[in-house]
Amino acid sequence: MNQNLLNIKNLNIYFKSDKNPRPIHAVRDLSFSLKHGEMLGVVGESGSGKSITNLALMGILGESAIVSASECNFSGKELLQLKEREFQKVRGGEIAMIFQDPMTALNPFLTVEFQIVETILAHLNISKAEAKNRATELLLQVGITSPKDRLKSYPFELSGGMAQRVMIAMAISTGPKLLIADEPTTALDVTIQKQILTLIKTLQEKNNMAVILVTHDLGVVSEFSERIQVMYAGEIVETGVTADLIKHPRHPYTFGLLSSRPGAVERPAKSLLPSIAGIVPSFHQRPAGCQFHPRCIHMQEDCKKYDIPLINGFRCIHPMKGPLK
Amino acid sequence: MKVFFSELYFELKKNRGAMLGIMFILFSLFIAFLAPILAPHNPTEVFPDALRLPPSFIAGGKSGFFFGTDDIGRDLLSRLIYGSRISLSVGFSVVILSLISGTFLGVISGFYGGFIDRSIMRLTDLIMSLPSILFAIVIVAVLGPGITNAIVAVSVVAIPNFIRIIRAQVMVEKNRQYVQAAKLFGAGNFRIMFVEILPNCMAPLIVQASLGFSDGILNVAALGFLGLGAQAPMSEWGTMLSDARSYIESSPWMVTLPGLCILLTVLSFNLLGDGLRDALDPRLKKQN
Amino acid sequence: MHPSYEGASEMNQILKVTDLHKTYDIKKIFQPKLKLKALSDINFHLDKRETLGIVGESGCGKSTLAKVLTKLEARTQGDINLLGKSYEDIPANEFHSKIQMVFQDPYQSLNPRKKAFDIIADPLRINTTTSAQDTHAIVMEMMKKVGLREEFSLRYPHHFSGGQRQRLGIARALMLRPEILILDEPVSALDVSIQAQVLNLLLELQEEFSLAYLFISHDLSVIQHMSDRILVMYLGRVVEYGSRDQIFNNPLHPYTQILLESAPKTHREKSDHVITVKGELPSALNLPKGCAFQPRCPYATEQCKNEIPELQLKDGRQVACSQV
Repeated sequence: MNQNLLNIKNLNIYFKSDKNPRPIHAVRDLSFSLKHGEMLGVVGESGSGKSITNLALMGILGESAIVSASECNFSGKELLQLKEREFQKVRGGEIAMIFQDPMTALNPFLTVEFQIVETILAHLNISKAEAKNRATELLLQVGITSPKDRLKSYPFELSGGMAQRVMIAMAISTGPKLLIADEPTTALDVTIQKQILTLIKTLQEKNNMAVILVTHDLGVVSEFSERIQVMYAGEIVETGVTADLIKHPRHPYTFGLLSSRPGAVERPAKSLLPSIAGIVPSFHQRPAGCQFHPRCIHMQEDCKKYDIPLINGFRCIHPMKGPLK
Repeated sequence: MKVFFSELYFELKKNRGAMLGIMFILFSLFIAFLAPILAPHNPTEVFPDALRLPPSFIAGGKSGFFFGTDDIGRDLLSRLIYGSRISLSVGFSVVILSLISGTFLGVISGFYGGFIDRSIMRLTDLIMSLPSILFAIVIVAVLGPGITNAIVAVSVVAIPNFIRIIRAQVMVEKNRQYVQAAKLFGAGNFRIMFVEILPNCMAPLIVQASLGFSDGILNVAALGFLGLGAQAPMSEWGTMLSDARSYIESSPWMVTLPGLCILLTVLSFNLLGDGLRDALDPRLKKQN
Repeated sequence: MHPSYEGASEMNQILKVTDLHKTYDIKKIFQPKLKLKALSDINFHLDKRETLGIVGESGCGKSTLAKVLTKLEARTQGDINLLGKSYEDIPANEFHSKIQMVFQDPYQSLNPRKKAFDIIADPLRINTTTSAQDTHAIVMEMMKKVGLREEFSLRYPHHFSGGQRQRLGIARALMLRPEILILDEPVSALDVSIQAQVLNLLLELQEEFSLAYLFISHDLSVIQHMSDRILVMYLGRVVEYGSRDQIFNNPLHPYTQILLESAPKTHREKSDHVITVKGELPSALNLPKGCAFQPRCPYATEQCKNEIPELQLKDGRQVACSQV
């Protein structure tokens, strides 16, 4: 019996398109696992495939996507083999998701109460009255002080932070084992961001719920998640325990991301920042060999020749030696 | 702009209806241009010994008159060929007139807002509060019948569509940051309206122009049918239809053929318009 | 009443803002007219070649300030002085060549139907009588300076990546050789690995063109790295105003402290004392009585609820809090 909540091996996601006869290879050979109650931070820029992976786990990629994996096991169930009806039970029940923009994720024409109760009734076999009570409890749990009033509100009456709290309440209403948080605080102010992330952390620990926290901000994941997984151009380029990865990044991309943060290390103000040259490759023009080699300062001839495997938690044959400076 | 059109063509190619429409429009343009060569007879020439002849491929037809003749012995095929000239140029004039004035008023209305906007919008409300053909009849009644006045009347009726579409688009675009940037480097209001904003409103404008074409042809034909549009002996399709309506039972080809011409032309412009809409605005496509 | 910033010399000031107010009238049917105070009592100045960072959360008025300073919006009250002249006395074309702006969203701030060349060249074409040949040369020169290859000049914005678009926006803003550049969140819409490139470009250009920057951002690490002096705003008011070191090493206003504390960091020292902030931003239409921050402030007293604190000089910087 496997200890992990989620085991993914060799996940590949392709997209068919009208303009291009060759499908786009958006996510390449992705393998990772997640323990019960663990928080995994996934860091990547646009086009890194981090959001697509989550949508695949939720089974909500469109028809143009081709998903394959040698293993995609969630809590004993092979996700890719589930029929749509079985998947509906998992989605929103055992795996819940919150999004970057809570305002667009909530239906503007329905009250908060209606939307939470509807979610509860779809997954739990309880009466409507019980569901209403549970909705009130949930809002208290996510730190909303006057839940009775808030239940009657429409989404546009809520602030961004409040709407995200409601989304979290809906997500945890069915007692999920895994919460996928896709850039949950990108649209929020820093003080509110801190509140929301602390809330997610508290719920993770209290409910023993695993969390995949997706973000582009290394600061966010390094403060809140136990492990970090850095993605670039559809691949995991580095993964490890947060403290180690932050102190001793091995992959030049991780190193570059960390050292180009203005506040990363002590350096004189207004001095030039070490930056990663070039741009993220588009889906259509992926380089051969190491995906990062055109932008890498340590690039050597052999980097271009073959695909680099992920060994010891990083995907690089000329890794960084020293700690971040 | 070049990129815009090549992308547009790429999207349009996938739409069979639109391509059919384009092909028919090109075909009618070809016929209209070469009318003097293609037409077997002068459209106004009267053959007194060939009254209401059926098409040549039906019993009783004569080989010289492929689509037969009308009640005073004019060759129908020639009249239809020359009619395409009139219908296409009518459609074209209506679109140009209503497009230019509608765009101008719409841009000003959307950009300035306030009193200007309210006045222009009430004017469009006024025009749109009557069925368009009724309003066109009123205008022709005032100006007097004739093809030119019919075109003016139909154009006036078509203007509100353009105003509304452009106004809505301008109101969205004028709040974009690129407009603020243009203000910051000192661009004047006219430059902002017509150089910065207007090119970004092209998509719905092109669709409306294409649909306006068919509306224009149809409305002018309708006015012709009512005797308020093109006057005899001009071979306008609507007028031909009207002249032939008393012979609908004895000589059905006289009614059918011009009617079919109107139908096909209007249909192809509508197909093109719908195709353009789908190509330019993917959101609308999903709703339909 | 408003103590000037310590060590400021009047000679170097190219922009001086005094008692600036901006109020919006909100009209709703069947309701009394509401006044939204977007900016109240703003005082600051900008020296030659320096960067003034303006930091605050949404609704603090930093974007309104940018709009008022660029004349995109009229101010309600107060005086803005640019190079010794009041804003009203500066003719339009002179104004445009003194102060320019780089926008936050490089996807919205470039006209999608204009080629890169025209985007950069238009400020010159409209405001000067430069010949087409010279314009071409100047545009190419500017493209090189912002790190865009010459052959990109005939491309449309959608062919560019976010970082390249922002470079285009910067090139456009520099065409009239302004002395002041307002940077409204210039990197927050960009990918993380691109941000450092654009920040570096801004630093180099500041040196080369002797620019003064008004750097608006919500990202404290960016503000800390880029600014000489910093203005912290909360709900339309200045809460703290001082040098970078004063603000970052020894923040006095509780809001500044909380802002610094909330910013996610990769390296957090354990000694950081944790103060938490309660609740959310109140609506600007219904500001709390007294100090605007008082409902969320851990140190609030009765006095805070009753009077609006004035900016006062403390440890060399200005701070608007009665409890420090």
